[in-house]
Amino acid sequence: MAQVEWSPAPRRFGETTRPDAWWAQPLLVFAGLSAFVLYSTWAAFQGKDYNFGPYLSPFYSPEIFGDSPHALLGPKPAAWPSWLPFSPALLILWIPAGFRMTCYYYRGAYYKSFWADPLACAVGEPRKSYLGENSLPLILQNVHRYFLYLALLFILVLAHDVWKALWFAGAAGQTTFGIGVGTLVLAVNVCLLGGYTFGCHSLRHLVGGGLDEVSCAPTCQHAWRCVSGLNRRHLLWAWMSLFWVGFSDVYIRLCAMGVWHDVRLL
Amino acid sequence: MSTATFRIWRGDAQGGEFRDYPVEVSEGMVVLDAVNQLQAKHAHDLACRWNCKAGKCGSCSAEVNGMPKLMCMTRLSAIPLDRPVIIEPMKAFPVVRDLATDVSWNYRVKKKIKPFKPRAPDAPDGTWRMAQADVDRVQEFRKCIECFLCQDVCHVLRDHHRHDDFIGPRFLVYTAALEMHPLDTEDRLPELKQAHGVGLCNITKCCTTVCPENITITDNAIIPLKERVVDEFYDPLGWLAKQARNALKR
Ligand code: SF4
Ligand code: SF4
Ligand code: FES
Ligand code: FES
Repeated sequence: MAQVEWSPAPRRFGETTRPDAWWAQPLLVFAGLSAFVLYSTWAAFQGKDYNFGPYLSPFYSPEIFGDSPHALLGPKPAAWPSWLPFSPALLILWIPAGFRMTCYYYRGAYYKSFWADPLACAVGEPRKSYLGENSLPLILQNVHRYFLYLALLFILVLAHDVWKALWFAGAAGQTTFGIGVGTLVLAVNVCLLGGYTFGCHSLRHLVGGGLDEVSCAPTCQHAWRCVSGLNRRHLLWAWMSLFWVGFSDVYIRLCAMGVWHDVRLL
Repeated sequence: MSTATFRIWRGDAQGGEFRDYPVEVSEGMVVLDAVNQLQAKHAHDLACRWNCKAGKCGSCSAEVNGMPKLMCMTRLSAIPLDRPVIIEPMKAFPVVRDLATDVSWNYRVKKKIKPFKPRAPDAPDGTWRMAQADVDRVQEFRKCIECFLCQDVCHVLRDHHRHDDFIGPRFLVYTAALEMHPLDTEDRLPELKQAHGVGLCNITKCCTTVCPENITITDNAIIPLKERVVDEFYDPLGWLAKQARNALKR
C-alpha cells in the first residue's frame, strides 16, 4: 500500500489553527503531575515524621523496616549498606509509582504533557520519529496488570491502616476506640484509591471484559459491570486519589511535626 | 442578520492558500450552510463533499477552527464569529481539491481485516442465539458513520504518516466489533499486534474527543484490544494459566 502523501509541508511544533486555549490542559497536567512527583520524592526521602499516633502515612505503608511502631519487621537491617539511602518509603513506593506510571489514563496524559506526543489534539509535534508502545522502551507498559495485582494488595494494607487508625493509646497506656480527623483522612484515602484501582482498564479486562460471551459467566458479568462503572470516571478517580494520597501524607507529617493539631472527634 | 468571515483553504495536491469569504449568518445555521452559501454566492468552483446534512453519511468531514468536525453538525452558534472561521480539509489524507480529500486508503485498510466468521449455527434452522448483554457491548461500535474524523486527528496518521503499519482508530473500532462479537470465532490478535499496529496507539484519546457518534473509541475498543494482545503475547503468568486450563479441559 502506497504511503499517503499530504502536500503542505509537515507541521512545525505547536503549529495549529485551533484558536482555543489548547495548551491549558497539558499545562495543568504537567503542573499537577510535576508537583506530585516532586513532593512525593521529597517526602519519601525524609524517612521521618511519617507517623503520628495510630496514623501511618500512605507513602510509608506497609512499613517493612523502620523505626515507627508500624514496622512489620523491626528497624532498618544492620546489613543495609551505609552508602545507600534508606527510608521505609523507598522500599514500597515503586509499586504505586509503577502502577500509576503504567496506568492507561496516566500514559495518555503524560505522553501529551511531558513528551508532546501530541501536545494536544491536532497540534503539530516536535519530533518526526515515532515508536509508540510497539517497541522498547514503551512496550514495557504492558506490565500494567502485574502492578495491578500488587496495587490490589495495597488497598488491603491501607484499609488495615484505617482500622489501626481507630485505636488510640490512652493516658494509662490502654488502647481505646476513637475517631480523629486523621482517621477520616485515611478512610477517604482508601476509598479514593479503591475507586481508582477497581476502575482499572486491566481489571476490567481480567474480570470479564476478555470474554466475548460474558453473559455465560454471571459473576464475571456483574464484576465487569461494576468495574466498567468506575472505569467511566477513571480520570476523575485518578486525580482525586492522587491529590488525596499526597494530602494524607501532608496531614500526618504536619501533625507529627507539631504544626497541626489532630482533632479527636470521638 | 450579521456577517461573518469564513477563511477557506483553496488548493489542490500541489499546494494552496486561505481565502476569506463573507457569510450572512442567520439563526440555526451550521458550518455546512455557510459553506454552501459562500459556494453559491462567491466561490462556485469550491469543492466540498456532503450528502445527508444530518450527521449520518459521514461525508462532510473537514477541520473547523483546527479541529476535525462534521460541517453539518457544527452550529455557528457554538463557534466564535468575531474572528474568521477557519475551514480546512482533513490533514491525514491527500487533498483532491479545496475541502475534498481522498479517503480511499481507508477502504483498502478495511479489506485487510479478517471478516466476521460465525460459529456453526445454534439451531437446526441455521439461526443463532445471542444474549442481549453480549450484543450491547459491540452495539456502540456499530454507530460508526465512517466519517474518518478519528483517523484525521490521530497523530500516528496525521503527524507520523504511519499509514502502512497502523490501521487507525476507525478500524480498531471495526476490529473490536468483530473480535468481541459473541458469535465470531476468528483470531485477529496476531495482525493487531503486528501489521495493524495496535501498539502504535499511545491512548491519547483525540479520536474519542472528535467522534461525532460519541463512540468511546479508546476506552471501549482500543484498550480492550490492547489487553487481549497482552493476554496473548506479553503475559507469562496468564499464558501459564491458559495452558493449565486447557490441560484440565483435556
Ligand atoms: S488514542 Fe490512539 S488511535 Fe486514538 S487518536 Fe490517540 S493515538 Fe490515535
Ligand atoms: S469512529 Fe467515530 S470518528 Fe471514527 S469514523 Fe466512526 S464515527 Fe467517525
Ligand atoms: S488503567 Fe489506570 S489503573 Fe489500570
Ligand atoms: S453531510 Fe452527511 S454527515 Fe454531514
